[in-house]
Amino acid sequence: MSFLDIFRRRPEASASIAKERLQLILQHERAGRDDPEFLPRLQKDLLAVIGKYVAIREDHLAVSVQRNSHSAVLEINIELPPKM
Amino acid sequence: MATVVTVTSGKGGVGKTTSSAAIGTGLAMRGHKTVIIDFDVGLRNLDLIMGCERRVVFDFVNVINGEANLSQALIKDKRVENLFIFPTSQTRDKDVLTVQGVEKVLNDLKGQGFEYIICDSPAGIEHGAVTALYFADEAVVVTNPEVSSVRDSDRILGILASKSRRAVRGEAPVKEHLLITRYSPARVERGEMLTVKDVQDILAIPLMGVIPESTAVLKASNTGTPVILDEESEAGMAYKDAVGRFVGEQRAFRFMDVPKKGLFQKLFGAAAS
Ligand SMILES: Nc1ncnc2c1ncn2[C@@H]1O[C@H](COP(=O)(O)OP(=O)(O)O)[C@@H](O)[C@H]1O
Ligand SMILES: [Mg+2]
Repeated sequence: MSFLDIFRRRPEASASIAKERLQLILQHERAGRDDPEFLPRLQKDLLAVIGKYVAIREDHLAVSVQRNSHSAVLEINIELPPKM
Repeated sequence: MATVVTVTSGKGGVGKTTSSAAIGTGLAMRGHKTVIIDFDVGLRNLDLIMGCERRVVFDFVNVINGEANLSQALIKDKRVENLFIFPTSQTRDKDVLTVQGVEKVLNDLKGQGFEYIICDSPAGIEHGAVTALYFADEAVVVTNPEVSSVRDSDRILGILASKSRRAVRGEAPVKEHLLITRYSPARVERGEMLTVKDVQDILAIPLMGVIPESTAVLKASNTGTPVILDEESEAGMAYKDAVGRFVGEQRAFRFMDVPKKGLFQKLFGAAAS
């Protein structure tokens, strides 16, 4: 450490970036942890079926399960191209 | 009653085997009859770390296959009373550890009066790692202060909560302990490494210990001595504290800060550091 280092402000610490990134990704991963194992296969099958009628992008079809204390709902969101 | 303790992490190379050897040795030093089992089939490193590699005749897989009995395969440590090592095999077939086979071995060990059965898990979240944690009563989650290790530890916590026998049967959950290893206070101070508090905030399980990055660990593995027996080293002392906390003692945390420098050293210490 040199004399001037004591007065120099340190650049944004990379550890705090690491913490933020971890908190975000883990929030996402924990939410999907209780999903039934068939969800990815269901998404694939749905893509194939819908693809027969209209071309959609893979990331425009989201399959998820929403739970509350007494029920679970399978939610399927399909975003279509603006012009068909 | 025997307690099955799985040392696990998801990620490889974070210090599971080092920690299994240290914790098992530490529990035996406290008078508990303890066995450390190597679940890392195919790799088999526990015997080297414990310094008993030349005494291995039969292994875990032989016992599961009925080719040898427990007393033929268990290796009694020559340094510490009450300590036994149960090596694994180097077979390439990783699926030889069946749940039924493992269950029978664990029951036999319990019948022989072992108080602690330490399971050194392989890396990953596949069959081998799940088998190693299936029978756990307690889990030591070994984590380095680094993004991929923390994320993998979080996944392992998810697996403990869903796939362990306790979870499957709806029994009391596996008791979880966080063990942070390879911690470098100097790098934390420079903002280059996640702090203990960061890791604890994210994983949110009780902290049993913080083991500093230490050359004593490599030295111990070179000579086949669990590092906890190196009582002069910071890593050895930190493992001793961790074992104390594991059995419920209150211990102050040590070796988590950079030794303080005086102003004189701060101003003129450049040449020395
Ligand atoms: N506290 C530590 N300080 C320095 N090196 C360490 C420390 N803990 C583990 N290591 C080293 O890290 C490497 C991996 O350790 P190991 O216990 O084999 O990990 P795992 O069983 O999780 O794969 C080894 O080379 C070991 O010596
Ligand atoms: Mg290992």
